[in-house]
Amino acid sequence: MIEARDLTKDYGDKRAVDGLSFDVRPGIVTGFLGPNGSGKSTTMRLVLGLDRPTKGHVTVNGKAYRAHAAPLREVGALLEARSVHTGRSARNHLLALAQTHGIPRSRVDELIDHVGLHDVARKRAGGFSLGMGQRLGIATALLGDPQTVMLDEPVNGLDPEGIQWIRTLLKSLAAEGRTVFVSSHLMSEMALTADHLIVIGRGKLIADASVADFLAGASKGLVHVRSPQAEELQRALAGPDVTVAVVEPGLLEVGGLSAAQVGEAAAANGLVLHELGEHQASLEEAFMDLTRDELEFAAS
Amino acid sequence: MSTIAATAPSRRVGVTQARVILSEWTKLRSVRSTRWSLFAATLLTIGFPILAASVISAHWGHRSPAERAHFNALDPALVGAQIAQLAIGVLGVLAITAEYSTGMIRASFTAVPKRLPVLWGKAVVFAAVTFVLMLPAVLIAFFASQSILARHHVNLTFSDPHVARAVIGAALYLTVIALFSLGIGSIVRNTAGGIATFAAILFVVPPLMNVLPASWNNAISPYLPNNAGTAILAIHPDVNRLAPWTGFGVFCAYTAGTLAVAAILLVRRDT
Repeated sequence: MIEARDLTKDYGDKRAVDGLSFDVRPGIVTGFLGPNGSGKSTTMRLVLGLDRPTKGHVTVNGKAYRAHAAPLREVGALLEARSVHTGRSARNHLLALAQTHGIPRSRVDELIDHVGLHDVARKRAGGFSLGMGQRLGIATALLGDPQTVMLDEPVNGLDPEGIQWIRTLLKSLAAEGRTVFVSSHLMSEMALTADHLIVIGRGKLIADASVADFLAGASKGLVHVRSPQAEELQRALAGPDVTVAVVEPGLLEVGGLSAAQVGEAAAANGLVLHELGEHQASLEEAFMDLTRDELEFAAS
Repeated sequence: MSTIAATAPSRRVGVTQARVILSEWTKLRSVRSTRWSLFAATLLTIGFPILAASVISAHWGHRSPAERAHFNALDPALVGAQIAQLAIGVLGVLAITAEYSTGMIRASFTAVPKRLPVLWGKAVVFAAVTFVLMLPAVLIAFFASQSILARHHVNLTFSDPHVARAVIGAALYLTVIALFSLGIGSIVRNTAGGIATFAAILFVVPPLMNVLPASWNNAISPYLPNNAGTAILAIHPDVNRLAPWTGFGVFCAYTAGTLAVAAILLVRRDT
Protein backbone atom coordinates (compact mmCIF):
# COMPACT_ATOMS: atom_id res chain seq x y z
CA MET A 1 0.00 0.00 0.00
CA ILE A 2 1.41 3.37 -1.07
CA GLU A 3 -0.32 6.56 0.09
CA ALA A 4 0.67 9.94 -1.31
CA ARG A 5 -0.79 13.14 0.07
CA ASP A 6 -0.30 16.53 -1.55
CA LEU A 7 3.07 15.31 -2.78
CA THR A 8 5.01 18.19 -4.33
CA LYS A 9 8.57 18.47 -5.60
CA ASP A 10 10.35 21.50 -7.01
CA TYR A 11 13.71 21.43 -8.74
CA GLY A 12 14.84 25.03 -8.69
CA ASP A 13 11.85 26.98 -9.97
CA LYS A 14 10.49 24.05 -11.94
CA ARG A 15 7.67 22.08 -10.32
CA ALA A 16 8.11 18.40 -11.24
CA VAL A 17 5.36 16.97 -9.02
CA ASP A 18 2.41 19.15 -8.11
CA GLY A 19 0.13 18.26 -5.20
CA LEU A 20 -0.32 14.56 -6.01
CA SER A 21 -2.62 12.53 -3.75
CA PHE A 22 -3.34 8.89 -4.53
CA ASP A 23 -3.43 5.39 -3.04
CA VAL A 24 -1.89 2.30 -4.60
CA ARG A 25 -3.73 -0.75 -3.28
CA PRO A 26 -2.57 -4.34 -2.86
CA GLY A 27 -3.73 -7.25 -4.99
CA ILE A 28 -4.00 -5.39 -8.29
CA VAL A 29 -1.69 -3.91 -10.88
CA THR A 30 -1.85 -0.12 -10.75
CA GLY A 31 -0.58 1.60 -13.86
CA PHE A 32 1.11 4.96 -13.47
CA LEU A 33 0.66 6.82 -16.72
CA GLY A 34 1.81 10.08 -18.12
CA PRO A 35 3.75 11.53 -21.02
CA ASN A 36 7.55 11.60 -20.77
CA GLY A 37 8.62 14.27 -18.31
CA SER A 38 5.29 14.34 -16.47
CA GLY A 39 6.83 13.46 -13.09
CA LYS A 40 6.44 9.67 -12.87
CA SER A 41 10.08 8.90 -12.10
CA THR A 42 10.28 11.79 -9.64
CA THR A 43 7.21 10.49 -7.81
CA MET A 44 8.81 7.06 -7.54
CA ARG A 45 12.03 8.55 -6.21
CA LEU A 46 9.98 10.43 -3.62
CA VAL A 47 8.34 7.14 -2.55
CA LEU A 48 11.81 5.66 -1.94
CA GLY A 49 13.10 8.75 -0.17
CA LEU A 50 15.85 9.24 -2.77
CA ASP A 51 14.51 12.78 -3.18
CA ARG A 52 12.82 14.82 -0.47
CA PRO A 53 9.38 16.28 -1.19
CA THR A 54 9.12 20.07 -1.14
CA LYS A 55 5.67 19.66 0.40
CA GLY A 56 3.36 16.80 1.35
CA HIS A 57 4.37 13.24 2.14
CA VAL A 58 4.20 9.67 0.96
CA THR A 59 4.06 6.52 3.06
CA VAL A 60 4.54 2.84 2.38
CA ASN A 61 2.47 0.48 4.54
CA GLY A 62 1.78 3.32 6.94
CA LYS A 63 5.33 4.63 7.42
CA ALA A 64 7.84 6.69 5.51
CA TYR A 65 10.01 4.30 3.50
CA ARG A 66 13.15 5.28 5.41
CA ALA A 67 11.47 4.55 8.77
CA HIS A 68 11.17 0.82 8.02
CA ALA A 69 13.65 -1.57 9.65
CA ALA A 70 13.83 -3.74 6.52
CA PRO A 71 13.08 -1.39 3.58
CA LEU A 72 13.73 -4.03 0.91
CA ARG A 73 10.96 -6.17 2.42
CA GLU A 74 8.52 -3.28 2.03
CA VAL A 75 9.27 -2.05 -1.48
CA GLY A 76 11.23 -3.62 -4.30
CA ALA A 77 11.98 -1.02 -6.93
CA LEU A 78 13.22 -0.94 -10.49
CA LEU A 79 14.14 2.62 -11.39
CA GLU A 80 14.31 3.82 -14.95
CA ALA A 81 17.88 4.99 -14.66
CA ARG A 82 20.45 2.23 -14.32
CA SER A 83 21.46 1.67 -10.72
CA VAL A 84 24.31 -0.81 -11.02
CA HIS A 85 28.08 -0.37 -10.69
CA THR A 86 29.38 -1.29 -14.13
CA GLY A 87 32.52 -2.96 -12.79
CA ARG A 88 30.75 -5.44 -10.53
CA SER A 89 29.24 -8.79 -11.48
CA ALA A 90 25.49 -9.29 -11.30
CA ARG A 91 25.91 -11.79 -8.51
CA ASN A 92 28.11 -9.54 -6.36
CA HIS A 93 25.76 -6.62 -7.00
CA LEU A 94 22.84 -8.62 -5.63
CA LEU A 95 24.95 -10.08 -2.84
CA ALA A 96 26.08 -6.64 -1.60
CA LEU A 97 22.49 -5.42 -1.49
CA ALA A 98 21.24 -8.62 0.15
CA GLN A 99 23.91 -8.35 2.85
CA THR A 100 22.59 -4.97 4.02
CA HIS A 101 19.49 -6.83 5.22
CA GLY A 102 20.99 -10.18 6.19
CA ILE A 103 19.22 -11.79 3.23
CA PRO A 104 20.90 -15.19 2.67
CA ARG A 105 23.18 -15.91 -0.30
CA SER A 106 20.84 -18.72 -1.38
CA ARG A 107 18.18 -16.11 -2.12
CA VAL A 108 20.58 -14.33 -4.49
CA ASP A 109 21.24 -17.54 -6.44
CA GLU A 110 17.54 -18.36 -6.50
CA LEU A 111 16.71 -14.98 -8.07
CA ILE A 112 19.55 -15.16 -10.58
CA ASP A 113 18.06 -18.43 -11.84
CA HIS A 114 14.55 -17.04 -11.69
CA VAL A 115 15.27 -14.05 -13.94
CA GLY A 116 17.40 -16.13 -16.31
CA LEU A 117 20.81 -14.58 -15.65
CA HIS A 118 22.50 -17.79 -14.56
CA ASP A 119 25.01 -17.87 -17.44
CA VAL A 120 26.14 -14.25 -17.04
CA ALA A 121 25.89 -13.86 -13.25
CA ARG A 122 29.66 -13.67 -12.86
CA LYS A 123 30.21 -11.22 -15.72
CA ARG A 124 30.57 -7.46 -15.27
CA ALA A 125 27.16 -5.78 -15.30
CA GLY A 126 28.64 -3.00 -17.45
CA GLY A 127 28.64 -5.36 -20.43
CA PHE A 128 24.97 -6.27 -20.08
CA SER A 129 22.44 -5.62 -22.83
CA LEU A 130 19.40 -3.51 -22.00
CA GLY A 131 17.31 -6.64 -21.55
CA MET A 132 19.83 -8.30 -19.24
CA GLY A 133 20.15 -5.06 -17.25
CA GLN A 134 16.38 -4.99 -16.87
CA ARG A 135 16.35 -8.58 -15.65
CA LEU A 136 19.04 -7.74 -13.10
CA GLY A 137 16.91 -4.76 -12.02
CA ILE A 138 13.91 -7.06 -11.53
CA ALA A 139 16.03 -9.48 -9.48
CA THR A 140 17.16 -6.53 -7.35
CA ALA A 141 13.55 -5.47 -6.85
CA LEU A 142 12.48 -8.96 -5.74
CA LEU A 143 15.47 -9.51 -3.44
CA GLY A 144 13.64 -8.73 -0.20
CA ASP A 145 10.46 -10.62 -1.18
CA PRO A 146 8.74 -7.22 -0.97
CA GLN A 147 5.11 -6.48 -0.16
CA THR A 148 5.11 -3.69 -2.76
CA VAL A 149 6.78 -3.83 -6.16
CA MET A 150 7.37 -0.54 -7.95
CA LEU A 151 8.70 -0.60 -11.50
CA ASP A 152 9.55 2.45 -13.62
CA GLU A 153 9.05 1.78 -17.33
CA PRO A 154 9.97 -1.91 -17.01
CA VAL A 155 9.34 -2.88 -20.65
CA ASN A 156 11.41 -0.06 -22.16
CA GLY A 157 13.84 -1.48 -24.64
CA LEU A 158 12.85 -5.10 -24.07
CA ASP A 159 12.34 -7.64 -26.85
CA PRO A 160 8.88 -9.23 -27.25
CA GLU A 161 9.87 -12.22 -25.13
CA GLY A 162 11.06 -9.94 -22.33
CA ILE A 163 7.90 -7.83 -22.51
CA GLN A 164 5.77 -10.97 -22.23
CA TRP A 165 7.85 -12.08 -19.25
CA ILE A 166 7.30 -8.75 -17.45
CA ARG A 167 3.55 -8.83 -18.09
CA THR A 168 3.21 -12.33 -16.66
CA LEU A 169 5.39 -11.39 -13.70
CA LEU A 170 3.34 -8.29 -12.85
CA LYS A 171 0.10 -10.24 -12.91
CA SER A 172 1.46 -13.08 -10.79
CA LEU A 173 2.86 -10.61 -8.24
CA ALA A 174 -0.55 -8.97 -7.92
CA ALA A 175 -2.26 -12.37 -7.71
CA GLU A 176 -0.06 -13.15 -4.70
CA GLY A 177 -1.63 -10.16 -2.99
CA ARG A 178 1.25 -7.74 -3.47
CA THR A 179 0.92 -4.08 -4.33
CA VAL A 180 2.14 -3.59 -7.89
CA PHE A 181 2.82 -0.05 -9.12
CA VAL A 182 4.16 0.21 -12.62
CA SER A 183 4.78 3.29 -14.72
CA SER A 184 4.63 3.66 -18.45
CA HIS A 185 4.18 6.34 -21.05
CA LEU A 186 2.56 3.73 -23.30
CA MET A 187 -1.17 3.36 -22.83
CA SER A 188 -1.28 0.20 -24.92
CA GLU A 189 1.09 -1.51 -22.48
CA MET A 190 -1.09 -0.58 -19.53
CA ALA A 191 -4.20 -1.82 -21.34
CA LEU A 192 -2.71 -5.31 -21.23
CA THR A 193 -1.56 -5.39 -17.61
CA ALA A 194 -3.18 -2.78 -15.40
CA ASP A 195 -6.40 -3.05 -13.41
CA HIS A 196 -6.30 0.49 -12.13
CA LEU A 197 -4.81 3.67 -13.56
CA ILE A 198 -3.28 6.77 -12.06
CA VAL A 199 -2.72 9.30 -14.83
CA ILE A 200 -0.60 12.42 -14.41
CA GLY A 201 0.46 15.27 -16.64
CA ARG A 202 2.88 18.05 -15.75
CA GLY A 203 3.11 16.62 -12.26
CA LYS A 204 -0.63 16.92 -11.60
CA LEU A 205 -3.17 14.16 -11.09
CA ILE A 206 -5.45 13.86 -14.12
CA ALA A 207 -7.29 10.63 -13.41
CA ASP A 208 -7.41 7.94 -10.73
CA ALA A 209 -9.83 5.23 -11.84
CA SER A 210 -10.20 1.58 -12.76
CA VAL A 211 -9.37 0.80 -16.39
CA ALA A 212 -13.08 0.11 -17.09
CA ASP A 213 -14.26 3.42 -15.62
CA PHE A 214 -11.48 5.24 -17.37
CA LEU A 215 -12.64 3.93 -20.76
CA ALA A 216 -16.33 4.55 -20.09
CA GLY A 217 -15.58 8.12 -19.07
CA ALA A 218 -13.54 8.75 -22.18
CA SER A 219 -16.08 7.33 -24.65
CA LYS A 220 -18.45 10.26 -24.11
CA GLY A 221 -21.38 8.38 -25.74
CA LEU A 222 -20.22 8.83 -29.33
CA VAL A 223 -21.77 6.79 -32.13
CA HIS A 224 -19.88 5.68 -35.22
CA VAL A 225 -21.94 5.16 -38.31
CA ARG A 226 -20.78 4.04 -41.75
CA SER A 227 -22.91 4.73 -44.79
CA PRO A 228 -22.44 5.04 -48.58
CA GLN A 229 -24.82 8.02 -48.31
CA ALA A 230 -22.93 9.78 -45.58
CA GLU A 231 -23.67 13.30 -46.80
CA GLU A 232 -27.44 12.75 -46.88
CA LEU A 233 -27.24 11.09 -43.47
CA GLN A 234 -25.33 14.05 -42.08
CA ARG A 235 -28.12 16.37 -43.18
CA ALA A 236 -30.80 14.03 -41.79
CA LEU A 237 -29.14 13.91 -38.38
CA ALA A 238 -28.57 17.66 -38.06
CA GLY A 239 -30.33 19.27 -35.13
CA PRO A 240 -29.81 21.15 -31.91
CA ASP A 241 -27.32 19.51 -29.49
CA VAL A 242 -26.19 17.10 -32.19
CA THR A 243 -22.60 17.08 -33.44
CA VAL A 244 -21.59 15.20 -36.54
CA ALA A 245 -17.95 14.85 -37.53
CA VAL A 246 -16.57 13.14 -40.62
CA VAL A 247 -13.90 10.70 -39.43
CA GLU A 248 -13.13 9.55 -42.96
CA PRO A 249 -15.20 9.50 -46.17
CA GLY A 250 -18.27 7.41 -45.42
CA LEU A 251 -17.72 7.28 -41.64
CA LEU A 252 -19.41 9.72 -39.28
CA GLU A 253 -18.93 10.25 -35.57
CA VAL A 254 -22.19 11.41 -33.98
CA GLY A 255 -22.56 13.05 -30.59
CA GLY A 256 -25.83 13.79 -28.81
CA LEU A 257 -27.80 10.85 -30.24
CA SER A 258 -27.94 7.16 -29.30
CA ALA A 259 -27.19 4.45 -31.85
CA ALA A 260 -30.93 3.60 -31.92
CA GLN A 261 -31.85 7.22 -32.73
CA VAL A 262 -29.31 7.32 -35.55
CA GLY A 263 -30.63 4.05 -36.97
CA GLU A 264 -34.23 5.27 -36.83
CA ALA A 265 -33.35 8.56 -38.50
CA ALA A 266 -31.62 6.65 -41.28
CA ALA A 267 -34.63 4.35 -41.78
CA ALA A 268 -37.03 7.29 -41.84
CA ASN A 269 -34.98 8.84 -44.66
CA GLY A 270 -34.46 5.57 -46.51
CA LEU A 271 -30.69 5.68 -46.13
CA VAL A 272 -28.44 2.62 -46.27
CA LEU A 273 -26.16 1.88 -43.27
CA HIS A 274 -23.17 -0.48 -43.42
CA GLU A 275 -22.16 -0.17 -39.80
CA LEU A 276 -23.62 1.36 -36.66
CA GLY A 277 -22.41 1.21 -33.08
CA GLU A 278 -21.48 2.94 -29.84
CA HIS A 279 -17.89 3.99 -30.13
CA GLN A 280 -15.69 2.42 -27.48
CA ALA A 281 -12.68 4.69 -27.04
CA SER A 282 -9.38 2.88 -27.00
CA LEU A 283 -7.26 3.41 -23.94
CA GLU A 284 -4.81 5.19 -26.20
CA GLU A 285 -7.43 7.70 -27.36
CA ALA A 286 -8.66 8.24 -23.82
CA PHE A 287 -5.14 8.90 -22.70
CA MET A 288 -4.43 11.30 -25.56
CA ASP A 289 -7.68 13.08 -24.85
CA LEU A 290 -6.85 13.51 -21.18
CA THR A 291 -3.28 14.56 -21.57
CA ARG A 292 -3.64 16.71 -24.69
CA ASP A 293 -3.65 19.92 -22.68
CA GLU A 294 -0.95 18.69 -20.35
CA LEU A 295 1.70 17.85 -22.90
CA GLU A 296 4.55 20.14 -22.19
CA PHE A 297 5.93 20.22 -25.67
CA ALA A 298 2.77 19.57 -27.65
CA ALA A 299 3.40 19.41 -31.39
CA SER A 300 1.67 22.41 -32.84
CA MET B 1 6.08 -17.88 -11.07
CA SER B 2 5.47 -18.27 -7.36
CA THR B 3 9.16 -19.03 -6.88
CA ILE B 4 9.81 -15.33 -6.41
CA ALA B 5 8.52 -15.64 -2.87
CA ALA B 6 11.38 -16.33 -0.48
CA THR B 7 11.56 -20.07 0.13
CA ALA B 8 12.78 -20.46 3.66
CA PRO B 9 11.60 -18.31 6.55
CA SER B 10 14.99 -16.73 7.04
CA ARG B 11 16.57 -15.14 10.10
CA ARG B 12 15.36 -11.73 11.09
CA VAL B 13 15.82 -9.59 8.01
CA GLY B 14 16.67 -5.92 8.43
CA VAL B 15 19.35 -3.26 8.11
CA THR B 16 22.07 -3.11 10.79
CA GLN B 17 25.39 -1.24 10.75
CA ALA B 18 27.30 -4.55 10.91
CA ARG B 19 25.43 -5.87 7.87
CA VAL B 20 26.10 -2.67 5.91
CA ILE B 21 29.82 -3.01 6.75
CA LEU B 22 29.78 -6.56 5.35
CA SER B 23 27.98 -5.23 2.26
CA GLU B 24 30.59 -2.50 1.78
CA TRP B 25 33.34 -5.11 2.09
CA THR B 26 31.67 -7.09 -0.69
CA LYS B 27 31.46 -3.94 -2.80
CA LEU B 28 35.13 -3.09 -2.27
CA ARG B 29 36.53 -6.52 -3.08
CA SER B 30 34.22 -7.18 -6.04
CA VAL B 31 35.49 -4.41 -8.33
CA ARG B 32 38.59 -5.57 -10.15
CA SER B 33 40.12 -2.10 -10.68
CA THR B 34 39.97 -1.40 -6.92
CA ARG B 35 41.74 -4.68 -6.12
CA TRP B 36 44.49 -3.95 -8.63
CA SER B 37 44.95 -0.37 -7.47
CA LEU B 38 45.35 -1.46 -3.84
CA PHE B 39 47.79 -4.15 -4.91
CA ALA B 40 49.78 -1.61 -6.93
CA ALA B 41 49.80 0.90 -4.05
CA THR B 42 51.16 -1.79 -1.73
CA LEU B 43 53.88 -2.76 -4.21
CA LEU B 44 54.90 0.88 -4.72
CA THR B 45 55.08 1.45 -0.97
CA ILE B 46 57.59 -1.39 -0.72
CA GLY B 47 59.33 -1.09 -4.08
CA PHE B 48 60.25 2.60 -4.14
CA PRO B 49 62.14 2.53 -0.81
CA ILE B 50 64.14 -0.48 -2.01
CA LEU B 51 64.94 1.32 -5.26
CA ALA B 52 65.79 4.59 -3.45
CA ALA B 53 68.02 2.85 -0.89
CA SER B 54 69.84 0.96 -3.66
CA VAL B 55 70.52 4.16 -5.62
CA ILE B 56 71.74 5.98 -2.50
CA SER B 57 73.90 3.04 -1.54
CA ALA B 58 75.46 2.82 -5.00
CA HIS B 59 76.36 6.54 -5.04
CA TRP B 60 77.34 6.86 -1.39
CA GLY B 61 81.00 7.21 -2.27
CA HIS B 62 80.28 10.30 -4.42
CA ARG B 63 78.47 12.17 -1.65
CA SER B 64 80.14 15.16 -0.01
CA PRO B 65 80.71 15.08 3.77
CA ALA B 66 78.02 17.77 4.16
CA GLU B 67 75.51 15.64 2.25
CA ARG B 68 76.41 12.64 4.34
CA ALA B 69 75.94 14.63 7.54
CA HIS B 70 72.46 15.74 6.52
CA PHE B 71 71.38 12.33 5.32
CA ASN B 72 68.21 11.03 6.97
CA ALA B 73 67.93 7.29 6.46
CA LEU B 74 64.19 7.41 7.11
CA ASP B 75 63.57 9.46 3.94
CA PRO B 76 64.10 6.59 1.48
CA ALA B 77 62.15 4.23 3.77
CA LEU B 78 59.00 6.39 3.54
CA VAL B 79 59.27 7.56 -0.08
CA GLY B 80 56.85 4.77 -1.06
CA ALA B 81 54.28 5.95 1.45
CA GLN B 82 54.48 9.45 -0.11
CA ILE B 83 53.47 7.95 -3.44
CA ALA B 84 50.88 5.64 -1.91
CA GLN B 85 49.02 8.61 -0.41
CA LEU B 86 48.01 9.72 -3.90
CA ALA B 87 46.79 6.23 -4.83
CA ILE B 88 44.91 5.82 -1.55
CA GLY B 89 43.41 9.29 -1.94
CA VAL B 90 42.16 8.58 -5.47
CA LEU B 91 40.65 5.27 -4.34
CA GLY B 92 38.99 6.94 -1.38
CA VAL B 93 37.34 9.49 -3.66
CA LEU B 94 36.32 6.77 -6.11
CA ALA B 95 34.86 4.58 -3.34
CA ILE B 96 31.87 6.90 -3.32
CA THR B 97 31.96 8.90 -6.56
CA ALA B 98 31.92 5.71 -8.65
CA GLU B 99 28.55 4.94 -7.04
CA TYR B 100 27.24 8.30 -8.18
CA SER B 101 28.62 8.05 -11.72
CA THR B 102 27.24 4.54 -12.29
CA GLY B 103 23.92 5.12 -10.49
CA MET B 104 24.73 2.41 -7.94
CA ILE B 105 24.10 4.99 -5.22
CA ARG B 106 20.35 4.75 -5.92
CA ALA B 107 20.43 1.01 -5.24
CA SER B 108 22.57 1.55 -2.14
CA PHE B 109 20.25 4.21 -0.72
CA THR B 110 17.13 2.22 -1.61
CA ALA B 111 18.51 -0.66 0.46
CA VAL B 112 19.70 1.65 3.24
CA PRO B 113 17.45 4.73 3.07
CA LYS B 114 18.86 6.17 6.30
CA ARG B 115 22.07 6.56 4.21
CA LEU B 116 24.55 7.25 7.02
CA PRO B 117 25.27 3.54 7.63
CA VAL B 118 26.55 3.44 4.03
CA LEU B 119 29.04 6.26 4.66
CA TRP B 120 30.20 4.75 7.97
CA GLY B 121 30.40 1.31 6.38
CA LYS B 122 32.61 2.60 3.59
CA ALA B 123 34.76 4.46 6.12
CA VAL B 124 35.27 1.41 8.34
CA VAL B 125 36.01 -0.95 5.44
CA PHE B 126 38.30 1.34 3.49
CA ALA B 127 40.24 2.49 6.57
CA ALA B 128 40.68 -1.10 7.79
CA VAL B 129 41.81 -2.32 4.37
CA THR B 130 44.25 0.59 4.04
CA PHE B 131 45.78 -0.01 7.48
CA VAL B 132 45.99 -3.78 7.07
CA LEU B 133 47.79 -3.40 3.71
CA MET B 134 49.93 -0.37 4.54
CA LEU B 135 51.27 -1.36 7.97
CA PRO B 136 53.12 -4.44 6.69
CA ALA B 137 54.09 -2.50 3.56
CA VAL B 138 55.82 0.33 5.46
CA LEU B 139 57.44 -2.14 7.86
CA ILE B 140 58.83 -4.20 4.98
CA ALA B 141 59.89 -0.97 3.24
CA PHE B 142 61.72 0.18 6.38
CA PHE B 143 63.58 -3.06 7.08
CA ALA B 144 64.43 -3.68 3.42
CA SER B 145 65.74 -0.15 2.79
CA GLN B 146 67.73 -0.06 6.04
CA SER B 147 69.36 -3.42 5.36
CA ILE B 148 70.57 -1.99 2.04
CA LEU B 149 71.90 1.19 3.73
CA ALA B 150 73.59 -0.95 6.41
CA ARG B 151 76.36 -1.56 3.91
CA HIS B 152 77.58 1.99 4.67
CA HIS B 153 76.51 1.88 8.35
CA VAL B 154 74.13 4.82 7.86
CA ASN B 155 70.98 2.84 8.55
CA LEU B 156 68.48 3.32 11.34
CA THR B 157 67.14 0.54 13.53
CA PHE B 158 63.54 0.17 14.61
CA SER B 159 64.53 0.86 18.21
CA ASP B 160 66.26 4.19 17.42
CA PRO B 161 64.48 7.22 18.92
CA HIS B 162 61.11 8.05 17.24
CA VAL B 163 61.65 5.55 14.41
CA ALA B 164 58.90 3.12 15.41
CA ARG B 165 56.46 6.04 15.80
CA ALA B 166 57.37 7.45 12.38
CA VAL B 167 57.11 4.10 10.55
CA ILE B 168 53.86 3.00 12.16
CA GLY B 169 52.76 6.64 11.87
CA ALA B 170 53.11 6.37 8.08
CA ALA B 171 50.51 3.59 8.06
CA LEU B 172 48.27 5.64 10.35
CA TYR B 173 48.71 8.73 8.16
CA LEU B 174 47.69 6.76 5.04
CA THR B 175 44.66 5.38 6.89
CA VAL B 176 43.50 8.89 7.76
CA ILE B 177 44.18 9.94 4.14
CA ALA B 178 41.75 7.16 3.14
CA LEU B 179 39.06 8.64 5.37
CA PHE B 180 39.82 12.24 4.37
CA SER B 181 39.49 11.44 0.65
CA LEU B 182 36.30 9.43 1.24
CA GLY B 183 34.81 12.48 2.93
CA ILE B 184 35.83 14.75 0.04
CA GLY B 185 34.43 12.29 -2.52
CA SER B 186 31.15 12.18 -0.63
CA ILE B 187 30.88 15.97 -0.54
CA VAL B 188 31.87 16.57 -4.17
CA ARG B 189 30.08 13.44 -5.57
CA ASN B 190 31.97 13.67 -8.85
CA THR B 191 35.14 11.72 -9.61
CA ALA B 192 37.15 14.37 -11.44
CA GLY B 193 36.09 17.12 -9.05
CA GLY B 194 36.75 14.95 -6.01
CA ILE B 195 40.26 13.97 -7.08
CA ALA B 196 41.07 17.57 -8.04
CA THR B 197 39.84 18.84 -4.66
CA PHE B 198 41.81 16.19 -2.79
CA ALA B 199 45.00 16.92 -4.72
CA ALA B 200 44.54 20.68 -4.40
CA ILE B 201 44.13 20.57 -0.62
CA LEU B 202 47.06 18.21 -0.09
CA PHE B 203 49.59 19.17 -2.73
CA VAL B 204 48.71 22.52 -4.32
CA VAL B 205 47.77 24.71 -1.37
CA PRO B 206 50.94 24.16 0.74
CA PRO B 207 53.42 25.61 -1.82
CA LEU B 208 51.01 28.49 -2.51
CA MET B 209 51.60 29.63 1.08
CA ASN B 210 55.00 30.88 -0.02
CA VAL B 211 53.40 33.94 -1.59
CA LEU B 212 52.24 35.05 1.85
CA PRO B 213 54.47 37.19 4.10
CA ALA B 214 56.88 34.93 5.98
CA SER B 215 55.28 35.53 9.37
CA TRP B 216 51.83 34.54 8.03
CA ASN B 217 53.23 31.58 6.18
CA ASN B 218 55.00 30.32 9.31
CA ALA B 219 51.84 30.75 11.35
CA ILE B 220 49.50 29.02 8.88
CA SER B 221 51.58 26.39 7.09
CA PRO B 222 52.04 23.96 10.00
CA TYR B 223 48.28 23.72 10.33
CA LEU B 224 47.57 22.81 6.70
CA PRO B 225 46.21 19.25 6.50
CA ASN B 226 49.18 17.73 4.70
CA ASN B 227 51.85 19.49 6.79
CA ALA B 228 50.06 18.65 10.01
CA GLY B 229 49.48 15.03 9.05
CA THR B 230 53.04 14.35 7.93
CA ALA B 231 54.49 15.73 11.18
CA ILE B 232 54.16 12.17 12.48
CA LEU B 233 56.75 11.03 9.89
CA ALA B 234 59.54 13.25 11.29
CA ILE B 235 62.25 11.91 13.59
CA HIS B 236 64.13 15.21 14.01
CA PRO B 237 62.54 18.24 15.67
CA ASP B 238 61.52 20.88 13.12
CA VAL B 239 60.57 24.43 14.18
CA ASN B 240 58.36 24.80 11.09
CA ARG B 241 56.24 21.82 12.04
CA LEU B 242 53.84 20.88 14.78
CA ALA B 243 54.91 18.17 17.23
CA PRO B 244 54.27 14.71 15.71
CA TRP B 245 51.15 13.68 17.60
CA THR B 246 49.80 17.24 17.72
CA GLY B 247 50.09 17.49 13.96
CA PHE B 248 48.52 14.10 13.47
CA GLY B 249 45.70 15.12 15.81
CA VAL B 250 45.09 18.27 13.74
CA PHE B 251 44.92 16.17 10.57
CA CYS B 252 42.47 13.79 12.28
CA ALA B 253 40.35 16.80 13.26
CA TYR B 254 40.28 17.99 9.63
CA THR B 255 39.22 14.51 8.59
CA ALA B 256 36.52 14.30 11.25
CA GLY B 257 35.24 17.71 10.13
CA THR B 258 35.21 16.62 6.48
CA LEU B 259 33.29 13.44 7.32
CA ALA B 260 30.83 15.42 9.44
CA VAL B 261 30.11 17.79 6.54
CA ALA B 262 29.83 14.76 4.24
CA ALA B 263 27.34 13.12 6.63
CA ILE B 264 25.14 16.21 6.91
CA LEU B 265 25.06 16.70 3.13
CA LEU B 266 24.48 12.98 2.52
CA VAL B 267 21.29 13.02 4.57
CA ARG B 268 20.03 16.33 3.22
CA ARG B 269 20.67 16.16 -0.48
CA ASP B 270 18.55 14.51 -3.15
CA THR B 271 20.13 11.57 -4.89
